[in-house]
Amino acid sequence: MKVNKTKVKTRMNVILLSVCVVSLSACSSLGVEPWERDLLAKKEMALTSSPIDAALDDHIYFSKEASSGGKSFGGGGCGCN
Amino acid sequence: MNNLTKDIKKEVAQKVSKKINLKAALSLATGALFGTSVTTGAVGQTIEADEWQFDTAFLLYSEVDRVTAGEAIVAGTKTFSNDEVLNLKFTFDTLTGPSANGAIAQPKAQTFTRASGIGRYRTPEGETPLDDTFHDTRVQLNGQWTQPVSDNVTGSVGGHLSKEYDYLSLGLNGNLAYDFNRKNSTFSMGISYFSDTFTPEGGIPKPLSSMLVGDSNSPEWDDEFAKTRISASENKSTSDLLIGFTQVINRRMITAFNYSYSMVDGYLTDPFKVVSVLNAEGLAQDYIYENRPDSRVKQSTFMQAKYHFDDSLLNMVADVSYRYMWDDWGINSHTIDSRFIIPVGRASYIEPHIRFYQQSAADFFTPFVIEDQLPVDFVSADYRIGEMSAVTIGAKYGVALNGGNELSFRLEYYHQRPTNGGFEEPEALNGLDTTPVIDAIIAQVSYSF
Repeated sequence: MKVNKTKVKTRMNVILLSVCVVSLSACSSLGVEPWERDLLAKKEMALTSSPIDAALDDHIYFSKEASSGGKSFGGGGCGCN
Repeated sequence: MNNLTKDIKKEVAQKVSKKINLKAALSLATGALFGTSVTTGAVGQTIEADEWQFDTAFLLYSEVDRVTAGEAIVAGTKTFSNDEVLNLKFTFDTLTGPSANGAIAQPKAQTFTRASGIGRYRTPEGETPLDDTFHDTRVQLNGQWTQPVSDNVTGSVGGHLSKEYDYLSLGLNGNLAYDFNRKNSTFSMGISYFSDTFTPEGGIPKPLSSMLVGDSNSPEWDDEFAKTRISASENKSTSDLLIGFTQVINRRMITAFNYSYSMVDGYLTDPFKVVSVLNAEGLAQDYIYENRPDSRVKQSTFMQAKYHFDDSLLNMVADVSYRYMWDDWGINSHTIDSRFIIPVGRASYIEPHIRFYQQSAADFFTPFVIEDQLPVDFVSADYRIGEMSAVTIGAKYGVALNGGNELSFRLEYYHQRPTNGGFEEPEALNGLDTTPVIDAIIAQVSYSF
């Protein structure tokens, strides 16, 4: 079981690393010119389009599950039960 | 006709005036609270107030037969002339209702001592033991200052203060973001540090000691109860590192990749949780206070993509993310979160949301301990670190009002399904629900102005 977990972790890390490397090497050819940002500039295209919803959700899931953060800091902040 | 127009104009003017006054009042209050300068003159108020953008929300989280929480947020954002942004957030929440104490259901009724040590509660046969004395109120303040450091670098620093009746949390964070490739790529790095102090009513229980069950009015009770306590309060610290990379793919698509490393040290045990000690038949003989390691290292990878579809797909924005988390307690988890913002008409939208979550158990998690397994070292029966899956499904409806204001409603259903994880249950537990599901409703109203 332990071996499997380690294998999964290693595989995940390799996938992540590959994605990052591919992204970084390809990024110079990706993207848009400043005048093509009409859609990207919309509020709903922001990575966190509703920070209030995100904060409330983080609080719920931090209190009810063993994971937190990832998108932003997982931090402490409450003794939630 | 003229009169009607006048009336409408008057009404609009009154509404605008009310809006400005509310905004001005909030701006003043925010300024006074955080010592930022807000002009106090009547004219100044209006001019200054218009620079603040407020987001407010009220959320109700209610579990069937368990906890109910209400949370209110007021957040103000002010953008200054040099692209400096100040964000202040005030959060107030309150929590009541029964919470699982960690013990397992039994074929007969069970009696427990309240966490405070004063009084008892009884759990009927076949039911999951819940302590119904939880009641907490929390106030939280967050401040964040963000500003350009150079042409391509943005810096941000923030502070956090959160106070509950029995909990104090203080935090600081700092972030730097570097834009390159015509600002299509951003590399960011942030650190945060939290220091928390836990002062539970009744003190911190001695890990692995037996819960004292008896008459709390008896003259010996206080001395006997004190023997099961180690201190009045405990601390923990959390240090986080977050590395992020954001890439614009094309006019319609943006992606983000994060890696985070989090170190938590100190008191990580839940002082309110016990573990049932069962005999070979499965009948409870004792309840011992749980004991978790005093450090935890969590790591996670997070990926997100947002895509703006065209007319053929309703101009919808799809937001899909995946997080993989693992820690040195043996827990790993997968989270898939997706939202679809679909415009409805010119001024409103509907946003369906679906989230899947699955986690494995901590190495020291066990739903119960059998007598002959004693003594144990680290042990917890808290289902939140056990094997479990969860799903959230719901939708948000938002409507844009005059002057850029927005009103939205969110309703979601959250379903948690703990699973056994391969623990063989002794005979007495046959037919009992030892992994009860939790169903909750999340309802929220938000208003931005």
